[in-house]
Amino acid sequence: MLASLLIVFREVIEAGLIVGIVLAATQGVARRSLWVTSGVGAGVLGACLVAAFAERLASLFEGSGQELFNAAILLTAVAMLTWHNVWMAGHGRQIANEMRRVGAEVSAGERTLLALAIVVGVAVLREGSEVVLFLYGIAAQGGLSAGAMLGGGALGLAAGAGVSALMYYGLLAIPAHRLFAVTAWLITLLAAGMASQAVLFLQQGGYFEFLTATVWDTSWLLPESGIAGRLLHTLVGYSDAPNGAQLLVYATTIATMNVLMRTVNGRKPAPTAVPDTAV
Amino acid sequence: MLTAAAAAWAWSAYGQDAPLALTLKAHKFMPAEIHVKANEPSMIVLTNGDDTPEEFDSTSLKVEKVVAGHSDGNVRLRPLAPGRYPFMGEYHSETAQGVVIAE
Repeated sequence: MLASLLIVFREVIEAGLIVGIVLAATQGVARRSLWVTSGVGAGVLGACLVAAFAERLASLFEGSGQELFNAAILLTAVAMLTWHNVWMAGHGRQIANEMRRVGAEVSAGERTLLALAIVVGVAVLREGSEVVLFLYGIAAQGGLSAGAMLGGGALGLAAGAGVSALMYYGLLAIPAHRLFAVTAWLITLLAAGMASQAVLFLQQGGYFEFLTATVWDTSWLLPESGIAGRLLHTLVGYSDAPNGAQLLVYATTIATMNVLMRTVNGRKPAPTAVPDTAV
Repeated sequence: MLTAAAAAWAWSAYGQDAPLALTLKAHKFMPAEIHVKANEPSMIVLTNGDDTPEEFDSTSLKVEKVVAGHSDGNVRLRPLAPGRYPFMGEYHSETAQGVVIAE
């Protein structure tokens, strides 16, 4: 029971933290619950499909189908997070101002919700398919322990959702005029972490095999298998033994995101170009 | 499986040592200890002989790979510094434990 609680908790937390950040990043945008809920729903459905076709998927591309699939959905998420951040760089100030002025939800942000719903969807799909496969295994074995294991899974789901809610409310404690600046950084680091994770999957699949040597090893200090290491892995892409290609892609993602955001922000009229600290 | 065999062949044709066979049966790895050459890439072909799927999981090896019941999966290992790298079957971690030893 404890084993299933831990597994489900771990996967739910990884997807849940992403949902928490997305919810904070879309604070004040009309109909966001609908979009985020749709993303979660589509993710759960997708997770079941991926689990059902796991074997077929794995056998594609000379046995590298699973790795390519994981890399592809991670890179999709990176693209969507970039789109959101760039869009917000142009419109975020306007949304924050409108929120303050009318104290109500604004509809201007709805376009970016599609991007974030896709991010939520793929996060749930990725972590969810592992939960589905695990629970399928339990169900297939049957026996008396199955009930206890499923109970553990339900507890894990509740605990994971609880931690994600903490993340969300913690972010909401940030003053409104600073919130979007903070979530923009969180999303940038999230995207960079996902991109470097995608590199690892490509290398696992036998592609993209350059700079594969481990650059440093901090597993003695902050192991990725521990709770703190795992949380940092999900949030900012922490790796206790990253390779050169991963670091390169991580840095490139952050740089690209910042250049794009700055470019879009620079095109706006003067008031929106005022740095955050001056607000 | 044909694709895994083809990939394994392509791997050895590429000039690497033959892939290492690892079997999962009754949620236990055989052999539970795998020896690889340090500082060289290597490949494990995992055959899941059980009815249920399993995830080969190792944070120290940086590998997560789901292998469906009664099928094969390729696990590529990066060049490893000498040492012990534990791995497990995440879905049955009480029994499915093993270690890669690079030397």
